[in-house]
Amino acid sequence: MPDQAISPPTSVDQTPAVSVEGLYKSFGPNAILKNVSLRVEQAELTVIVGPSGCGKTTFLRCLNGLETFDEGRIEVAGISLDLHRSDRERGSDVQARIHELRLCAGMVFQSFNLFPHLTVVENVMKAPQVVKGMPTDQARVLALELLEKVGLKEKADLHPVQLSGGQQQRVAIARSLAMQPAVMLYDEPTSALDPALVDEVLGVMRALDDEGMTQIVVTHEMRFARQVADRIVVFHGGEIIESGPPDVIFSAPKDERTRHFLKAYL
Amino acid sequence: MHPRPTSSPPESARRRRGRALVFLVLFVLAILGAASPPAHADQLQQIRRSKIMRWGSDAEGGAPYVCLDPRDKTRLIGFEVEIAAALASVLGAEARMVQNDYKSLLPGLNTVNYDLAINGIEITPDLEKTVEFSRPYYLSALQISVRRDDPDIPGIQGLRGKKVGTLEGSLAERLLRGMNEVQVLSFPGQHTPYMDLTNGRCDAVLQDYPIALYYGKPNPQLKFTGDPVSEIRYGIACKKGELGLVKAVNAALDDLARRGTLRLIYERWGLWNEQTSRYFGDLRPGGAPAPAYEEFLRQTSQFRSFGDRVADYLSSMPMLLHGALITLGISTASMMLAVVVGMVLALLRLYGPRVLSVLALVYVEVVRGTPLLIQLYLIYFGLPNVGIQLSPLVAAWLGLGLNYAASESENYRAGILSIPKGQMEAALALGMSPAQAIRHIILPQAIRIALPPVTNDFLALFKDSSLVSVITMVELTKVYGQLAATYNDYIVYGVITAAIYFIMGLPFVRLARILEQRLATAYRHA
Repeated sequence: MPDQAISPPTSVDQTPAVSVEGLYKSFGPNAILKNVSLRVEQAELTVIVGPSGCGKTTFLRCLNGLETFDEGRIEVAGISLDLHRSDRERGSDVQARIHELRLCAGMVFQSFNLFPHLTVVENVMKAPQVVKGMPTDQARVLALELLEKVGLKEKADLHPVQLSGGQQQRVAIARSLAMQPAVMLYDEPTSALDPALVDEVLGVMRALDDEGMTQIVVTHEMRFARQVADRIVVFHGGEIIESGPPDVIFSAPKDERTRHFLKAYL
Repeated sequence: MHPRPTSSPPESARRRRGRALVFLVLFVLAILGAASPPAHADQLQQIRRSKIMRWGSDAEGGAPYVCLDPRDKTRLIGFEVEIAAALASVLGAEARMVQNDYKSLLPGLNTVNYDLAINGIEITPDLEKTVEFSRPYYLSALQISVRRDDPDIPGIQGLRGKKVGTLEGSLAERLLRGMNEVQVLSFPGQHTPYMDLTNGRCDAVLQDYPIALYYGKPNPQLKFTGDPVSEIRYGIACKKGELGLVKAVNAALDDLARRGTLRLIYERWGLWNEQTSRYFGDLRPGGAPAPAYEEFLRQTSQFRSFGDRVADYLSSMPMLLHGALITLGISTASMMLAVVVGMVLALLRLYGPRVLSVLALVYVEVVRGTPLLIQLYLIYFGLPNVGIQLSPLVAAWLGLGLNYAASESENYRAGILSIPKGQMEAALALGMSPAQAIRHIILPQAIRIALPPVTNDFLALFKDSSLVSVITMVELTKVYGQLAATYNDYIVYGVITAAIYFIMGLPFVRLARILEQRLATAYRHA
């Protein structure tokens, strides 16, 4: 789809793909997220960096409801989840909202989490079949299309255990894409991979970026962040301490903590 | 053998599947159709109306009471069989024996599967509180047996300081337990104390004279010693409150004694004795031949020819296979129940709302922490007290199925818990509901983990199903007990029965292995 790839990132419409306002979350006395707000425009690739334990993974998991939060508002592709500390009811209404949220946001995990009992193609077919009731042959066509996109069509009938880590992660991306999400979320997608396998995964993400997919990536791959990201968001102690284009963040960070953190990677 | 019609393999396979289906449907129909009739107020009326007198007994007890006829195993023989027939004819009915395990003969009176119980039941003050007894129909004493080469023991006091074998739950056992310095060995079967005495594991055996006569005396390595001990009186047990029936039974016994029918029966079986003759006031001299006793000695002789024995084993096969079919049917049906209920329990425990989860936990802990035997008793004999009367088949199915559901649920829970948390998260992140995730992602993986323990449980259930004989079901182990008692041959029949259990279990083991291999292919690297 070369047309989309060329379309300039400035031609975004007014509604952001993701918008987060005043997110708070704590585990007992430990505050994990403290008043986090973030706006991600459509077709943007946002990279979240920060030291471990800074809340970046928790933040990402909040975006598709794998974690709940105490207070704040999340909106993904027009679906919003608004929680207040005073709300005692977290009933079926909230559950339904979280479910809608998940349908808009695909998630890729550090440990791939492919379904080991299913073949590669079945992994990709399963969610459309189960969630959307898509007929088997239609789901298979879709799955093979997506596997082709991540370069693994010929592995369709193997089982995950027969694939390398990089291949598994590419299948995981295809599996998420099968639900046609508005946003793709990645939680350290290459941290569990041999260095030699990292690039094939990043390559897929790069290609998706070219197609105009909105993506939020928690990663330690600074080279990737620098080359591909539209924006870098720096987390520290449960807060966003700095955000901006990669050039600015990498060459002239304003915050002392950002400078200190990035030094380890340079 | 008939020549086989040449049919293509798929066709015969289909026919085989068809037959299995027919069997399953018949079994389910039997379960549904086996609901028991409601309790009747007056059983004497019932006997007169139906012209059938149902009497409960255990053919595993063996000769001379009730056992299978060695020459025709579809028939029962024994002096009590003859008494039951005579009694029924006086009452204007036909006698029909209802098989039940000795342990639950008296509780069985309350579930109205039979009108009365006749099986060498001793009249004791304790039992008189729970059932109505007729007047005694037979009187006797306890007999001491020792090894032939051991010194004689003059009487019961001579048992002090010795190891004495006897039948569990008998009057003899209670007597021995009441004595100081006697080490009592209780056995579940009446023949086993004599085997132990022969093998030197106990010093003496004290049992009812009829038992001693049939199982101790014929053994050339043993001898009777001492005077008759105590007095035992066998009575016919009826349900508490059935005074009309008891009265009719007493009148009939009087009648049979007066006409000499009882004496004739006892003489045939070599059981006519002083106590009984005095009780019935029949003091004519005894000494008549005992053809039934002679026949028993011939049939159970250790010197029977090999060919005769093989013929016995072969002729026993249909009975054993019938028992095996019952075992197979009840085990399979119970396992299906256990699988379904176990799955519900496991899911409730792991994913259910808190109240249900706790209830499921309590169910699992209580059911697996208490004996199956007692659960069967409660379901079959206890539930009628709250108005729920189940047929033996349904009670056995529920008892085994609900018991094994508890351990099944733990198997499934272990399987589900072994699946990494990331699987559920990935499924949820793809938009599946928790129920969809469990159904499509978690359970298919958990089954692979749970399969070996589930197979294990199924084999265990297979063997545990023998317990349902306490609620009148004649399954494989019960048939074994009856045959072994009939021929006084516990070893060879034991081996045959064990082999049948083993062979019946094989297809399930094989099936589980195939399934396991199929599920494992997804995890193979090559």
